[in-house]
Amino acid sequence: MHELSLTQAVVDAVVDRLGDTPVTRVTLEIGPLSGVVVDSVRFCFDLVAEGTPVAGAELVVVQPPGRAACRDCGREFEVDDPILLCPGCDGANVAIRSGDELRIRSVEVRRTCVQPADAPTTPH
Amino acid sequence: MCATCGCSDNATLTDHTHTHDHAHDHVVPLEQRVLARNDEVAARNRTWFTEHGVLAVNLMSSPGSGKTTLLTRTITRLRDRLPVSVVEGDQETDVDADRIRATGRPVVQVNTGTGCHLDATMVDSAVRTLAPVDRSVVFVENVGNLVCPALFDLGESARVVIMSVTEGADKPLKYPHMFRTADLVVLNKIDLLPYVDFDPTAFAAHLARVLPDPNVIPVSATRGDGMADWIQWIEQRIH
Repeated sequence: MHELSLTQAVVDAVVDRLGDTPVTRVTLEIGPLSGVVVDSVRFCFDLVAEGTPVAGAELVVVQPPGRAACRDCGREFEVDDPILLCPGCDGANVAIRSGDELRIRSVEVRRTCVQPADAPTTPH
Repeated sequence: MCATCGCSDNATLTDHTHTHDHAHDHVVPLEQRVLARNDEVAARNRTWFTEHGVLAVNLMSSPGSGKTTLLTRTITRLRDRLPVSVVEGDQETDVDADRIRATGRPVVQVNTGTGCHLDATMVDSAVRTLAPVDRSVVFVENVGNLVCPALFDLGESARVVIMSVTEGADKPLKYPHMFRTADLVVLNKIDLLPYVDFDPTAFAAHLARVLPDPNVIPVSATRGDGMADWIQWIEQRIH
């Protein structure tokens, strides 16, 4: 269940960057070849976020498609199975082009705008 | 941007329809790898190992593959040849550390508690305690688990997956992430081959489906078969 420590790493990274600012949404990229179970991350997220500025935030998971290229025959193909085999030559000498992402793409934070004391009077 | 309050609302001084002291959701791009912090520490560990000529071997397997027995027999064979120290990872107990301690070599036990793998920070801290001498071997015995340790770079010099013939020959297909990252697969307990239903040819075929051109050393840690090859593999990597 490495998803627990990965989710902890997500919350830690967000709090590191944003301090006490309340977070309303966290968007992650988790590819099908990353070795991470998205449902487990969802399961852990609220648990890990509790008591932090991330508590209550919506978790959005973007799942980029898996793409790979065969080093032997050069074929490029889509793949979402962790056993990467070239559909052209059945070889395993394959390079992942995308789908192994495990990234924090962005977060949304709530900030209050306060009118500066010296702001000009505006027609309203 | 609102010229009055500076918020990102699309308002101007002449078209100012929102009130102040209000909240907005702002998108902050992070574009950061989830494991960025682990990978930074791992990179530091790797630099330290390289600069000191220390071979750090990350030993990974399922529980019961014979990791600790392989390790104690390896330490015995390396005696008088190479200094060895050990980082021992387990969820609980220091039973395995006691087995290593009995060999007379320094060992640090890391209990991960609910964690199912070692991470780079745990290894950093353990290696600081061990303070291995230059041109030595540090064996890192990871938590027995073929899933979680696959994702965590420890800064090791080599990743070794140990599998025994009492396990299914299809294990590489079931745990592709783990086997794909292996610099070496040690196939242990080959003394039991006559008694178990393990097909080495099928195993090699399954392994080749996740790891092209795999490096496999069959051994029996208890009987000694293949141990010379394994020791040679280690010694060749000390510079």
